[in-house]
Amino acid sequence: MLSESAPHYRQPLLKTPFHDRARALCQLDSFIPWAGYTTVDVFTTVEQEYFAIRNSTSVYDLTPMVKYRIAGREAGQYLNRLVTRDIGKLEPGRVAYCVWCNDRGHIIDDGTVFRLSESDYRLCTGERQLTWLLDSAVGFDVDIAEVTEEIAALSVQGPTSCALLKSFGLGGLERLKPFDLADFTVLVESTEVPLMVSRTGFTGDLGYEIWMRPADAERVWDALMEVGRDRALRPIGARALNIARIEAGFLLPKVDFVSAEHTLRVGTERSPLELGLEWLVNFQKGHFTGRRALLEEKRRGPRRRLVGLDIEGNEPAHNALLYLDRSGKRQIGSVTSAVWSPTAKRNIALAMMDAPHITTGLTAWAEIYLNRELVWERRMAPARIVERPFFAPERRRSTPPASY
Amino acid sequence: MNGPRYDCIVIGGGHNGLVCATYLARGGRSVLLLEAAERVGGAAVTREFGPGFKVSACAHLLHLMPHSLIRELSLGTQGLHLAADRMPTTALSEDGYPLSLDVANHGTLEARSSSDAVAYPAYLALLQRLAGALQPMFETAPPRLGTDSWRDRMSLLRLGLRLRALGRPDMRELLRIGGMCVQDLLDEYFETPLLKGALGFDAVLGSNLGPRSPGTVFTLLYRMAAAGAAGGTLALPSGGLGALSNALAKAAIDAGVIIRTEAPVERILVRDDCAAGVVLKSGEPFSAGAVISNADPKTTFLRLLGAGHLDAGFVRRVTHVRARGLTAKLHLALDSLPAFRGLEEGALRGRLLLAPSLEYIERAFNPSKYGEFSTAPILEITVPSGVDPTLAPPGSQVLSAIVQYVPYQLAAGSWEPERERFTNLLIDMLESYAPGLRRSVVSAELLTPADIEREFRVTGGHWHHAELALDQFLMVRPVPGAAQYRTPLEGLYLCGAGSHPGGGVMGVAGRNAARQVLKEAA
Repeated sequence: MLSESAPHYRQPLLKTPFHDRARALCQLDSFIPWAGYTTVDVFTTVEQEYFAIRNSTSVYDLTPMVKYRIAGREAGQYLNRLVTRDIGKLEPGRVAYCVWCNDRGHIIDDGTVFRLSESDYRLCTGERQLTWLLDSAVGFDVDIAEVTEEIAALSVQGPTSCALLKSFGLGGLERLKPFDLADFTVLVESTEVPLMVSRTGFTGDLGYEIWMRPADAERVWDALMEVGRDRALRPIGARALNIARIEAGFLLPKVDFVSAEHTLRVGTERSPLELGLEWLVNFQKGHFTGRRALLEEKRRGPRRRLVGLDIEGNEPAHNALLYLDRSGKRQIGSVTSAVWSPTAKRNIALAMMDAPHITTGLTAWAEIYLNRELVWERRMAPARIVERPFFAPERRRSTPPASY
Repeated sequence: MNGPRYDCIVIGGGHNGLVCATYLARGGRSVLLLEAAERVGGAAVTREFGPGFKVSACAHLLHLMPHSLIRELSLGTQGLHLAADRMPTTALSEDGYPLSLDVANHGTLEARSSSDAVAYPAYLALLQRLAGALQPMFETAPPRLGTDSWRDRMSLLRLGLRLRALGRPDMRELLRIGGMCVQDLLDEYFETPLLKGALGFDAVLGSNLGPRSPGTVFTLLYRMAAAGAAGGTLALPSGGLGALSNALAKAAIDAGVIIRTEAPVERILVRDDCAAGVVLKSGEPFSAGAVISNADPKTTFLRLLGAGHLDAGFVRRVTHVRARGLTAKLHLALDSLPAFRGLEEGALRGRLLLAPSLEYIERAFNPSKYGEFSTAPILEITVPSGVDPTLAPPGSQVLSAIVQYVPYQLAAGSWEPERERFTNLLIDMLESYAPGLRRSVVSAELLTPADIEREFRVTGGHWHHAELALDQFLMVRPVPGAAQYRTPLEGLYLCGAGSHPGGGVMGVAGRNAARQVLKEAA
């Protein structure tokens, strides 16, 4: 929201409609920029916030997520040509995780497509994509508009999230299956507030995303906090969410891959095949941007692949180089995301690895640098290729979710 | 929806389509050529524009088609005869002393400037040497950059060697002048405005450039290089350019090509991500192993194929192709031979340029940048009936002029309210060079780029289908990913002026495309 009093250059980062509420609770005053907004990195401690995701309910301000309305007679065909997944199969009231590629089959970004009605879709993505979306619209009867500022959103995630949200007023929420969406009206402070709720999230846990008008944002926040007072509801920042998303094996743009539109160096782009996202690529659905290049890559075999690693010890292998053997002579990859998983109790990482070396069970060697009270040490730790996700509780899928 | 099957279907019967179809048929392919109009020829057609008056409706001179192509297709035995060959070029001057550009006839230049008369042959010799070095690149598909293919490498190597063979002084000169504007080059050599205007004319003809636009030395060299294979002379077929198309059509039919006219294609059929045929506007389908489009790139990709079959980045490049025509055509039916002041005997059988100086041309160019037409445009004039009486009723004459700079779309709105005013303005201009011409006008026809778009089905009404300039030539013509006549869609090829080496009734794009198809599609 651009305030009229301050010109844009005096307001380099926008504030979400939840900002004042979040600021009041953010004990560390720890904010980071995200897609042009300022958002909380840590409220109190990362650990407490992380355990709210896994043990009770967390609430995360999702407003900066870039949102596009894609509507019109050929919106479905348009999206099917844009993304690699078969959008033709997406029913109204459903959500799909997607990636889209450039002509060379390199990923531009990932995001979620919400099918709101027969010919009305919403695309949510981490970065602005309007140029590409408009260029892709040549030849299609479709209208595309950015609606980021028109929609505020909260991500409510955790094992008790369904029960909590039902108390908040979302009756029948338990019927929502993963990737379902539905409209609700909730009475908040004697005002009828329309909400759209999707059973989606970035935690790999039971959870929902709540989409609302910015004018209702503070009202909804306050009511949620009130309901959550006795239920260990906790607002969380980006740092805690990052631990959960690595456990769930989800990819983060700019961390696990760089958008092909932003790479400068040859070979730093990533294809869906390299990132282990073959399941998102449907070669049978008809043409989509990058299809011919991806078919060729599939025939040839990807040069490298994203893998999950289980690393010995408890020191996260941040930015570690990976070697074929302990001697560290032959590099075969590098770590993109690493964390000690508090729930799985494993030292996990996501890494890009050269294709010839990838077989589940193979042990590579990670070169980890440790800071021992400002004395740096280097350690070679065995890193075993394992299946992802690292943590996948049954509750993320069960419908209805357990009641608390 | 299969329909009859052919090895190859050529969409569009312009000269490139006809040439391509003939070479494909000679290569043993069954070929169906589909033309939307009632006759083949595209922009090389002769048609009536007044009772008994006929004119080459778009292109009006033959000067770029290589001798080798004319020979290979035996166009001579197919009925192509030249009414005029080695046509002279004369620069008209309002003072009544025109200037011949013929080197052998340099008396008129000598009279204006002895230093120009000395510099002129040296200037021509340099440009011809440089153009000669560029010439081989016309004959083959442009090399792709950054590939491991030996053919691409050999092709680049050949071009490099050819340039190296120019020797150090000429190579340096090519590097120096290659990106320059033609005005700077001509100012280095000459002092006579009339001579510079006439020489600069060919650098900007058919383009969106003025003599002070960078890259106009390149466009001049390119035109000379293309003309080199055609002997560097101007010619007029008996019966106009349509006679050339008729000869090409006969050669095609002799080779076994089946030609269907009045058969506009609605869209290209795709099966399993391969071009599989076409369907006509009438709904009639045809299937084929290869579809070769003589239509311009935007028509081919965006209308006939559809963006949905292409990657978004490729479509973006296609939409960015610069294809706005800036050239109009004026046809006058006259009841007597126009009498241009001071014109030598025989000059009227050649081409007359109305571009008295570079400044005049640049001023003519200026309004076009703002969507306005020039009130003093530049003209290339021919009087074809003077050498080919079949084009006009006995005693009458036909004047055909290319008019530059005429915007595709006027900023002020529609062309219709301006059409008559502009036509009258052109006739007045001609009157001042050929007194009495206005009284002899029986009827007049003006084709703006928008008219050319409609009549000849060329997006933007651009002769070359896509502006011929440094950013749209060789391996980036019309766009990367479609510069070797093949396209991102397997089985779909381009053979028109939008492909290397461009338009101008050359036929080379058609021949190169056929070679590419024969090489790839078994």
